[in-house]
Amino acid sequence: MTTTLILFLAFIAITLAITGWAARRSGSTASYFAANRQISAWQNGVAVAGDYMSAASFLGIAGLIAFFGYDGFMYSVGFLVAYLTVLLIIAEPLRNAGKYTMADVLAYRLHPKPVRAMASLSTITVSTFYMIAQMVGAGALVALLLKGSGITFREAVIGVGILMIVYVVFGGMIATTWVQIIKAILLMSGTILLSFLVLAHFGFSLNAFFTAVTQVHYHAPDGTLVVKDFLTPGLRYKPPYGALDLISLGMALIFGTAGLPHILVRFYTVPDAKTARYSVVWAIAVIGTFYIMTTFLGFGAATIVGRDFISKNGGNNMSAPLLANALGGSIFFAFISAIAFATILAVVAGLTISASTSFAHDVWTNIIRQGHEHNPGEERRVARIAAFVVGAVSIAIAIALGPTANVAFLVALAFAVAASANLPVILFSIFWRRFNTTGAVMGLAAGLLGSIVLIFIGPSIMGVDAPTVAPAARHMIQHAPIFPLENPGMLSIPIGFLGAIFGTLLSKRDAAGEEKFVELQVRANTGLGSEKAVAH
Amino acid sequence: MPAPPNPHPSVPPTETSIWDRVAQTQDFKSLLAAKKAFVIPATIFFIVYYFALPVSVGYFPAFMQRKVWGPLNIAYLFALSQFAVTWIIAYLYVRAAHKFDAYGATVIKDLEHIVAKGN
Repeated sequence: MTTTLILFLAFIAITLAITGWAARRSGSTASYFAANRQISAWQNGVAVAGDYMSAASFLGIAGLIAFFGYDGFMYSVGFLVAYLTVLLIIAEPLRNAGKYTMADVLAYRLHPKPVRAMASLSTITVSTFYMIAQMVGAGALVALLLKGSGITFREAVIGVGILMIVYVVFGGMIATTWVQIIKAILLMSGTILLSFLVLAHFGFSLNAFFTAVTQVHYHAPDGTLVVKDFLTPGLRYKPPYGALDLISLGMALIFGTAGLPHILVRFYTVPDAKTARYSVVWAIAVIGTFYIMTTFLGFGAATIVGRDFISKNGGNNMSAPLLANALGGSIFFAFISAIAFATILAVVAGLTISASTSFAHDVWTNIIRQGHEHNPGEERRVARIAAFVVGAVSIAIAIALGPTANVAFLVALAFAVAASANLPVILFSIFWRRFNTTGAVMGLAAGLLGSIVLIFIGPSIMGVDAPTVAPAARHMIQHAPIFPLENPGMLSIPIGFLGAIFGTLLSKRDAAGEEKFVELQVRANTGLGSEKAVAH
Repeated sequence: MPAPPNPHPSVPPTETSIWDRVAQTQDFKSLLAAKKAFVIPATIFFIVYYFALPVSVGYFPAFMQRKVWGPLNIAYLFALSQFAVTWIIAYLYVRAAHKFDAYGATVIKDLEHIVAKGN
């Protein structure tokens, strides 16, 4: 326990030192929002990986594989393949045509005010939902990891929240980027070490390892001993809707990643589109290696620690730390716990900066101030206030929800909104000449609303619980779900696309916008006139 | 002294704008064609290949559970192959992008030429 606390404090000290260093270099708007566009390809690639490999990946997927085997590994596959959409379609045009936010690309040839307002609403919604999920997880986890130190859920949430606000408010994008890089390196080293120890446990025989995976023992809730082949699909996603839910999940991942605001803003931190391209390649290398190793983390926990023990000691999110404890003792448990803590902090910082940038740049400067700062440095000041507000609101909501709240659906919701609202309008504004403002607003609104409504009438919120279920774990609405899928992507993504298409076709052609489409096309494909790196 | 080409050309949309003239050059058309020739088939391939996994896992479970290599079944090997396919497509894209960069450089030269002539 004390070792864990010391490692936590060491990470906090290092990241605060970086924040102090970055604060002295964040003197201009481009440095605060985009790290002067001087981040190199490997740095940005590792930072993208850091932003992406959240606690939901590290702890969540390891836990899902430990409890449900193969079906958990399906998440790993989708999380990686999604980066092909980013690499092939989104990263380079976005870098060439935008400045600080996703809305820059949309506003380029459409009417800026309505488009920025809707895009900002969507960005802030995605980031805040995602962040609340991370904060609730963080509070529960920190309280569990530091069990015995007397730190409560509430104190843990406030601590994590204050740290993330400090990183973002004082250090801006430079500090956030370096926090991501350090976290990603720590996470990769921990995962490689853990995978190595799992293999060592099986005498470095993959055959012995996978044979054990085919015979996982645990006790069912009624007390009978079960032996399952964990390489068999279908332990979590069962008929009648399991197959559809898997496909729907895949759609949200493949199309949602390229619409996640905190990933998109990362491409503005590099000098040009070519560097953006190489940074995605770095991200694909790092993320792919990580998700392949979830095999060892998850199946290792299933075979070495076992589902019974994990259930009694904190639940499936604790699979990876408990595996570390079983293989390397309390010091290694402390190390893996500290990595989990670093992971959460870095991801919430990335989410905070993307939400506050969108508010300051899209809503304040471009809508309220009509595109020009009234006072120099105003945009930065507004972003800092917005970061503070976003952080405070997330802390308050996370505390109100409490440690046992089921918040996994908030992550599903973030991906669904990103895929259904953000991606269609980004694609159409880059590739469809006829696309217009009404189409963009309708697409964003339909995708956003569609995702939220389908989640709320789906099995995450609606369901009938047995009287034995604890109050905090009960479904919010005690009624059979109206929409059968946990992941709304399969329906909400077409709704977003159709909203954008019908909105466009049912409204007048925008001649000036179509004229500017040519300009956007030339710029997006060649980088002519793109935002340059700032010398310091 | 002729002014150097403006790196942020904000051309008034009076006559045929510079952007239109660039868009009509053969080099720009070749750039777009080269990109389409790679990106469209590659995107279709990876999307079809990816969704083949949840579809076959969901609808052909008996087939996917067949053990083909020691303890490993088709489902797991198919999932692993997704990693390899992602890395291969990323590698092929980077290789193809060298060509896009070369076309892009000629388009920028064309623009400088157009600006010099236009003034």
